[in-house]
Amino acid sequence: MTSTAEAVLHQPLTLEFDYTRSLGPVLSQYLSGLAARQVIGGVLSDGRIAVPPPEYDPLTHAPVTRMQPVADEGSVVTWSWVAEPLPGQPLERPFAFALVLLDGADTPLLHAVDAGEPETMRTGMRVRARWAQERTGSVRDLACFEPAGTAPASGPAEEPPTSAGPSPASVTVGITPVRLAYDYAASPEESVFGRGLREGRILAQSCPVCHKVYVPPRGACPVDGVPTQAPFDVADTGIVTTFCIVNVPFLGQRIKPPYVSAYVLLDGADIAFLHLILGVEASKVRMGMRVRAVWKPEAERSYSMETISHFEPTGEPDADFESYRRHL
Amino acid sequence: MSKVPAAVIGVGQTHYRAKREDVSIPGLLREAIDRALADAELTFDDIDAVVVGKAPDLFEGVMMPELFLADAIGAAGKPMLRVHTAGSVGGSTAIVATSLVQAGVHQRVLTVAFEKQSESNAMWALSIPVPFTMPVHAGAGGYFAPHVRSYIRRSGAPTEVGAMVAAKDRQNALRNPYAHLRNPDTTVESVLASQVLWDPVRYDETCPSSDGACAMVIASEAAVAASGITNPAWIHGTVMRSEPLAYAERDQANPRAGRDAAAYLWRTTGITDPRAEIDCAEIYVPFSWFEPMWLENLGFAGEREGWRLTEAGVTALDGDLPVNMSGGVLSSNPIGASGMIRFAEAALQVMGEAGEHQVDGARRALGHAYGGGSQFFAMWVVGSAPPSN
Amino acid sequence: MRDVAVVGFAQRQTRAFDGSPNCVELLVPILHELWEQTGWTKADIGFWCSGSSDYLAGRSFSFVTAIDALGAVPPISESHVEMDGAWALYEAWLKIQTGEADTALVYGFGKSSASTLRRTLALQLDPYTLTPLWPDTVSIAGLQARLGLERGAWDEKAMAEVVARSRSNAIGNEYAVRRGETSIDDVLAQEMFADPLRRWDCAPVTDGAAAVVIAATDRLPATCRRPAVIVGIAHSTDAADLGLRDLLRSPSAAAAASGAGGTEGVQVAELHAPFSHQELILRRELGLAPDIAINPSGGALAANPMFSAGLIRIGEAARRIWSDEADRTLGHATSGAALQQNLVCVMEASA
Repeated sequence: MTSTAEAVLHQPLTLEFDYTRSLGPVLSQYLSGLAARQVIGGVLSDGRIAVPPPEYDPLTHAPVTRMQPVADEGSVVTWSWVAEPLPGQPLERPFAFALVLLDGADTPLLHAVDAGEPETMRTGMRVRARWAQERTGSVRDLACFEPAGTAPASGPAEEPPTSAGPSPASVTVGITPVRLAYDYAASPEESVFGRGLREGRILAQSCPVCHKVYVPPRGACPVDGVPTQAPFDVADTGIVTTFCIVNVPFLGQRIKPPYVSAYVLLDGADIAFLHLILGVEASKVRMGMRVRAVWKPEAERSYSMETISHFEPTGEPDADFESYRRHL
Repeated sequence: MSKVPAAVIGVGQTHYRAKREDVSIPGLLREAIDRALADAELTFDDIDAVVVGKAPDLFEGVMMPELFLADAIGAAGKPMLRVHTAGSVGGSTAIVATSLVQAGVHQRVLTVAFEKQSESNAMWALSIPVPFTMPVHAGAGGYFAPHVRSYIRRSGAPTEVGAMVAAKDRQNALRNPYAHLRNPDTTVESVLASQVLWDPVRYDETCPSSDGACAMVIASEAAVAASGITNPAWIHGTVMRSEPLAYAERDQANPRAGRDAAAYLWRTTGITDPRAEIDCAEIYVPFSWFEPMWLENLGFAGEREGWRLTEAGVTALDGDLPVNMSGGVLSSNPIGASGMIRFAEAALQVMGEAGEHQVDGARRALGHAYGGGSQFFAMWVVGSAPPSN
Repeated sequence: MRDVAVVGFAQRQTRAFDGSPNCVELLVPILHELWEQTGWTKADIGFWCSGSSDYLAGRSFSFVTAIDALGAVPPISESHVEMDGAWALYEAWLKIQTGEADTALVYGFGKSSASTLRRTLALQLDPYTLTPLWPDTVSIAGLQARLGLERGAWDEKAMAEVVARSRSNAIGNEYAVRRGETSIDDVLAQEMFADPLRRWDCAPVTDGAAAVVIAATDRLPATCRRPAVIVGIAHSTDAADLGLRDLLRSPSAAAAASGAGGTEGVQVAELHAPFSHQELILRRELGLAPDIAINPSGGALAANPMFSAGLIRIGEAARRIWSDEADRTLGHATSGAALQQNLVCVMEASA
């Protein structure tokens, strides 16, 4: 968080979703194979065995239909060292990413090698798969590779791949969590506006060319493309230009329906912004209705428009339609 | 400066469904692409370039997916572009593909637009709160509903008009084997009886969330002549216009960018009376009230008069200016593909290949797409005769 | 084909831009610079096109807010690609070829520092077989670098020479974020960052934006004394599957060069090589003469703002023509892992 008046506001932002990916016939076989501790390659039109199998042949573009199991052991074609693993990577301690050519395959596979230290890695070295204890039909069922000389990490000699896991092609959908963490920074105008809100003020900026007043302020006048001028206060009263009543619940919703989502045109401003109208039955909200901001107590304020809890009717007569029709 | 005449010689679509769990993302695209190539009587080897379009990458959780898709869609060894202009993207993608041919750079271009939004959740992807902003409007429907209200107020349109559009488009969808929603019981009454989601917009007046892809092959005049295709859809004109999301006195129910785009399109295609000279139109109507709004925005009807065309049955399949013969966005909506589906369906009409939703004798059709807060517009006019301009 | 020239170029590059991910704050002054360079206003621009990425920004439709910087009223003819601005330049060049515009303004922007760039780019890979392992771009480049080292395609010294030259050249570039008089030995003395790559072998994470104005040669701005005419512009793509590719080659770069009419006579080349060994690959694939000037700006190793770095290469190459330093120059852009997709733009002083 910044403390000077000029610095912009920052907030962490996480984009996160568990994507459900349907696999189609080829990947389904590949991932079902991994669940059964078997690596399956695709037979290409030129006879090469490609691992992982592509869905479509690189030369003929026809669907790849013939599959061929390969060994889960092979040799390193090339590698690079990951000294500081990133979240989600196969290992949390330093490891190598490598292209591994499995015995029986003609194309190498990209995966991790748990070598311990870079000095252990050598192009040409033999590596073998370390399978995950719990397998679900994901690429992570093959947890990583390890140098073939070492004792198996899981204990006694590996049992041969069985069909005791999911049967071939039985895995048709995979879940892939994707989580990205951002440091989201506001623009200078958003920051000025946000700080103003914390103080119970609504700040606007106007364009030096067309003189229109923008709330919230923008980096440039959208019409003229020039920077807007110094911020100034506007009143926290205005009118509803148009609105809708939201009845539908949805994933990620933060306000309980039914509620009125309305465009509020503050007195003196030239654009409207979306906010909530409360303190009146939804069915009684009208276009042109005069409203005033209801501010949250200081302790609950933030840098966003949520600092204004909602707008409520002032009880004054509605604005004449002609007075705001150009703002619709 | 003369353009090389260009035409659509092949169209391919997937079956649009809530979840296409039978295919991977490459598989989804190949379904449409393989059909388009077969329709054009071509193979991948005949294609000079590939233009891909789709909406935000967050829908599928893949960044710049055309990169990993290159192998599957025949783009390895070829130039490939990926367009993203929000909801209008399917249309602008087709326009970029057309430019490649019109500029004389390529002879045969494959273009595909897609969305496999069931891999996440469309509502979620469209409603992710942006820091320092207050999310109020509950997704796309909530964003547009206030502007629908403002249109109804300005035009004095009766409430049934929204339901009439929905019933019409859903009944049309029954004649489209690819359409997602296929409910024969959708009538004006059933739509009016459905729950109001974002007053004044009802549940049945809103588009579904669909997975799907649409592909076309666009060819030069010379490539058309060299092909066996006798009924190409000649591209008479294209246009794209954009305006900012918010500016003083912006009209969101009749956006200037849309009006300017249509005016340019009619002028450059020599159309002086679109109502009379356009035989049918596929326009981007994700919420039913957009039909009367776009009819005005496009110049088919005067201001505040669009709803009269709908009410009078002019836009019905057997009307004077059928709109959304395919069932439209109201019946199938893979977001990144919907714009291209409109363009492709317009092409199918003038090719005479629209099957059960064919408009007899359609010779000139409009394809239309929009995106963002009604701020990005992409349109084209296609015809059964080569362009004269 | 219509002759189209690059007539304006402005850029901003910084390590950690303390501002919004849609970069409007960077674009507004950049556009202002372009109006000063050309003497034009937005009314003179017939088509606008941008390149950027939602995932870099952390929000969907991130390019939409950037439109505020343009002054898009009355409405404009405008498009966007989710690719480096170099491909937006291609789309704009195309538009002028169709005759629907005579002039275009192209821009790219990106705030790479908003997240962990090399991790975010793992989302560009196969979502089924690779992304779940989160292979980062640096590791993938490292695989390619080691392959070349061990097969004799290049050696450590050749990579270090690229780094040393780039950093030294960057001293003259006010926009570079990494610069300094550097020798090959200075580079080799650095410890490994992602063996076999040293930190300086990898482009710095950079935020920035850039914009270029192009115009048909019958519609040049009066201020343009020596336009950089585009004599060829082409791009191509390789397969994504790393196992099916020969990582020591970039056929798409060779195809792009050939599609642009070849590189004979090119005196200055700005190559978008985010990793030092990739410059070596590109020099060979593009068929560049061994004695020409490469990356006088310092190239991507001096600053690599995502989604404008490729456009900047073209801008920098154009500048060498404007300044009389060269008559024929080349700008190159790349996208995807290990040089998967490439664009080449060859320019010449007005014929």
